[in-house]
Amino acid sequence: MKRSTPSRNHSTPPPSRVVPRSQVKKGDAWLMHHVYVFLASIKQFFRTPITNLMTAAVIGITLALPTGLLVLLENAHNLSANWGGTLQISLFLGVNVTDEVAHSLSEQLLNRDDIQSVRVITREEALNEYRELSGFADALDALDTNPLPAVLVLQPINIDANLDKNNGLLRELEALPEVDIAQFDIHWLQRLFAILEVIQRGIIVLASVLCAAVLLIVGNTIRLSIYSRHEEIEVNKLFGATNGFIRRPFLYTGLLYGLSGAIFAWLLVNLSFWLLEQPIKQLSRLYYAPFELITLTWQSGSLLLLIGVVLGIIGAWLSVERHLHEIQPH
Amino acid sequence: MIIFTDVSKRYTTGQEALKKVSFHLNRGEMAFLTGHSGAGKSTLLRLIPLIERNTGGQIVVHGQHLGRLPSQRIPYLRRDVGFIFQEHKLLFDRSVFDNVALPLVIAGYRPQDVRRRVRAALDKVGLLKKEKQLPITLSSGQQQRVGIARAVVNKPPILLADEPTGNLDPKLAHEIMQLFAEFNQVGVTVLIASHALSLIKSMGQRTLVLQQGQLIDDTYPHP
Repeated sequence: MKRSTPSRNHSTPPPSRVVPRSQVKKGDAWLMHHVYVFLASIKQFFRTPITNLMTAAVIGITLALPTGLLVLLENAHNLSANWGGTLQISLFLGVNVTDEVAHSLSEQLLNRDDIQSVRVITREEALNEYRELSGFADALDALDTNPLPAVLVLQPINIDANLDKNNGLLRELEALPEVDIAQFDIHWLQRLFAILEVIQRGIIVLASVLCAAVLLIVGNTIRLSIYSRHEEIEVNKLFGATNGFIRRPFLYTGLLYGLSGAIFAWLLVNLSFWLLEQPIKQLSRLYYAPFELITLTWQSGSLLLLIGVVLGIIGAWLSVERHLHEIQPH
Repeated sequence: MIIFTDVSKRYTTGQEALKKVSFHLNRGEMAFLTGHSGAGKSTLLRLIPLIERNTGGQIVVHGQHLGRLPSQRIPYLRRDVGFIFQEHKLLFDRSVFDNVALPLVIAGYRPQDVRRRVRAALDKVGLLKKEKQLPITLSSGQQQRVGIARAVVNKPPILLADEPTGNLDPKLAHEIMQLFAEFNQVGVTVLIASHALSLIKSMGQRTLVLQQGQLIDDTYPHP
């Protein structure tokens, strides 16, 4: 117990901080302490494996729900892209184009490689259809001439849902002298996409709420952990532990909860899709549609783990901030 | 080293634990704080590492005005003050070694320094062979010495002890007091609260006497 006794007068103004002794605050010691605390947290985690795995499972289920729904949505997008094959183009011809010209144009178009089939709706057919469906029969009778143009309904080959790609074909068709307007029959597809958009928003809202639930689960678990280690925290404070020092093991514990929960969610999602795979294959075979089920990729899975870890740390942080000041030495 | 100027402590319950206490403990000085239980001995000690804050007057510890000390500086103040508790405050799920190492780990010492210093401190209190044991397996006197080893392990300039011999037989109590005298001889400022009057007398040191929160006597030993 040797101490150097520097002569400092009591009446001198106090230093803003006491100079740390040379042995302390070495960077490597700090890093080693982090490693030590992390390993201790892992040890602590497996000291009560059942309880902690149950917490991880709760977090896992909470995270698996939005994750699974998002993957399902991804599959729906994929599927609707395949449906692009049924997309049709309507060519509205000029009013003065005769039915004969319309028929010869349809023959011409059928010779193209990128058009599978052409159906001609003559002016007369169009008028009859309109008369039946619109309920304006009387109004039409009052007209001297047929105001409706002939229409060619084309089924293009290999069109996918990405409409931009096919604008070339559309523009080409519109440039034909007989054609007045060329347009895709895309309303139903647009509606489908709009519905999927709404569902996606819904899932994102649900995911946000469930992320908040994960914060609460982690926070509450950490709160219990803080109270059970009450004595240790108090003694640490008495011997000069900073809030950061006390916070550290709990943050690592939160990280472990989040990570194990995310791993659990990953397994759960993959298991569910594995169970779905066979029946979906069977279904797609019945429709003669090649459909590959998308599951959680490595990238999305890693993102899931990251989200779990971040939520775990934030949940622990909030809990520690809230409860740490309640524990003061007595 | 420790300067009290008109220090008062009133609890929120209205109870006045200390009334305008003033004294000055020099660097390297050793003193006893005595008085009946409830006289304010513990309260006075607890104001020094800011376990509690005084409600009146001014305290200067190791050159720092405690009233002006921001709360984030409190941990560093406490690292300069070794505190020995009557109820030991050991962690019973950790070995003797880990208990003593606590202040060093908190201050961020390197593991090799921690080992060296913990062994030195345990050797000083005669418990080197017990380092792997859990505190629960030790006697009360041994537990008290683990507490002392923990308080001195990072060589703080100030050592405070609250009834360190409370539950010990006279022989053990005297040994403990002797240990404090040894720390004092190497320059540590020591303040011990105790009501064991005969023991205090035998140590021949400065004695502060509290009665109902007031400092009624401050005696120096006659040479």
